[in-house]
Parts: sequence; C-alpha cells; structure tokens
Amino acid sequence: MRLQYPSNINIIKLPCTGKIDLIHLLRSFEKGADGVYVVGCLEGACQFTSGNIRARKRVEQAQEILEKIGVGGERVQMFNLSSSEAPHFVQVAVEMTEKIRDMGPNPIKTAMQKAA
Amino acid sequence: MIVANKKPIEEIIDMVKGYRKLLILGCNECVTVCEAGGKKEVAVLASALRMYFMNEGTKIEIDEVTLERQCDHEYLEEIRNSMDQYDAVVSLACGVGVQFMAEKYFGSPIYPGVNTCFMGVTEERGVWSERCQGCGQCILDRTAGICPISRCAKRLLNGPCGGSTKGKCEISKDLDCAWQIIIDRLKELDRLDDYEEIAPIKDWSTERAGGPRKVVREDVRQ
Repeated sequence: MRLQYPSNINIIKLPCTGKIDLIHLLRSFEKGADGVYVVGCLEGACQFTSGNIRARKRVEQAQEILEKIGVGGERVQMFNLSSSEAPHFVQVAVEMTEKIRDMGPNPIKTAMQKAA
Repeated sequence: MIVANKKPIEEIIDMVKGYRKLLILGCNECVTVCEAGGKKEVAVLASALRMYFMNEGTKIEIDEVTLERQCDHEYLEEIRNSMDQYDAVVSLACGVGVQFMAEKYFGSPIYPGVNTCFMGVTEERGVWSERCQGCGQCILDRTAGICPISRCAKRLLNGPCGGSTKGKCEISKDLDCAWQIIIDRLKELDRLDDYEEIAPIKDWSTERAGGPRKVVREDVRQ
C-alpha cells in the first residue's frame, strides 16, 4: 500500500507490547519526547495472552504520573490494531501527531532547554 | 512477607521539596515482591521526581540505589560512604527499613516512600492479603493452619460470630469468614473434634498491646 504517516514519529519495535515497562514510558518524556503511543495487537489476540493488556495498564499508570507531575497524561496513549490494518495505523499516527501538536512541546524539554 | 503500597507521588513531592540532592533507596526483599519499593519502583519515582522538579524550574539531583535489605546493619553500611552527599533520603523499604535507616543515619532526613500495610501473601499478581499479625503466641496448630487473629475481624478464638453468613464475614461480602475456613479445613483433616475444645484466654501481652517487642536469643547472640 505504501501509505505515508507523519515523519516525526520514531518507531521502536518490540516483540510484544508486554515488554514495555512504566519506566520506559517515563524515560521517553524525561529525555524530551513530546508524546508516546503504544500500538499493540487487538485485545484478545495477544500471542502471549496478555501482553497488550499489561501494556495498557502501564500506559494508564504513566498517564496518571504524567498528569500529576504536570507533563500531561494525554501525552501517552495506547492503541490496539492488527498488523493488517495499515490504514488504521496511519490514522492513529495522524491522530496522535495532531493531538500532541495541539498540546505543544513536552514542558520538560522546554525546561531543560531553559536550564541549559 | 511485609506488604506495602506506594505512596501517592504528590505526598512524596511535598516531603522532599526544598532538598537539592536526594537518594531514592529501594529494598530488594518484600517491597520488591509486592511491587512497591524495589529497583523498578525506585527508577519510576526518581524519574517522576526529576521531571516534576525540572518542570518547576528547580535544580535537583537524584540518585537511585537498591539495597539487598534495609533491616540489617551490613546492607545499610553499604551506603555509609556516600550518605554525606545527600540532603535527604526517600526509603521505599517498609516501615522497618525506614526506621533502621533513620536510626543508623541519625543526622540525615529519611522519608517513607511507601505505606506499610501488613504481613501477608500474594494471592495473585496485584492482590495481597493479610495472614499474620505477629501476636507472639501462634495458635495455628489448633485452628487448622488458618489464623483467626489476622483473618477474623473480631479476632475470635472459639468459632464464628453471628455475622458469618454463607461463609462470608459481615464486614464485607468479599471477605471469607475465617472460622468458616477453619471449620471446613478441620473437617477435611478429620479433626472436627478439635473445634469442640475451648480455647483458653489468649495472653495478649506478647502482642502489640504489651508495648514494643523484642526477641533476644542468647543461643545465637554474639
């Protein structure tokens, strides 16, 4: 299909979203990412039974922490889609890019630049 | 194990406001198992605090260390040479570890990063429940291995109260009646006659009611 998605997105490949830990999400923001979204398999279709469910819980934990520390919980999201849904993948990428663009840059990144 | 729960981040932020160099100190034992104060939780708390203070425009340095235990001298000694550089420590150990740190490093502010809850078991990941209150006089031999001190809301010693309904305690429909389990297990063990024996009045002086407790064993003492 050779569909195009926003070039600002940096894809990090994992064998399963269950590999993602809360600290990975937080460190992304600590290092200046404006937004992070996790794309896992459809719920109920995890090859390892519950990797995507675990990932969702970790995303929710990250949202709670980021909200409390003033970074913004909305900056991290979870999406579920199957590998055959390329148009949906693009739709999610566009949706997330627009959402983060509306929110503005990661305040940590701005604060780091000020402090430097 | 000792079961603890994470303190809300905002509570910890309030505790450490004003300090410039912090140590987040985890413990590799019980709090690691109950996912409240192990290496992972240390990293998460440190990252969250760093971001919060950076966002506030406050310069703060945060180090992360996780000790094997915080309830033994030898492990706490591992950080002696570096303690001077910290303005304060947030210990993610249980209350025992926090206190032992405070005793050992008398001049350093030590703050608790978890709420210590009880001695219990992992029923499943994310679910822990109480099993022992450390009453100092174990009666599990008479109660088929089920503790009515920790698992009966009224700590009854001679059977269930009138609030036991269909095997559940009156304080919550999700809570098993400890005496129902004891009786079921006595039946299973063919020891129901034990249930007829009246338990003597319990000596509560060995429990917390008798004041802070201490075990001294001369046979192993140095």
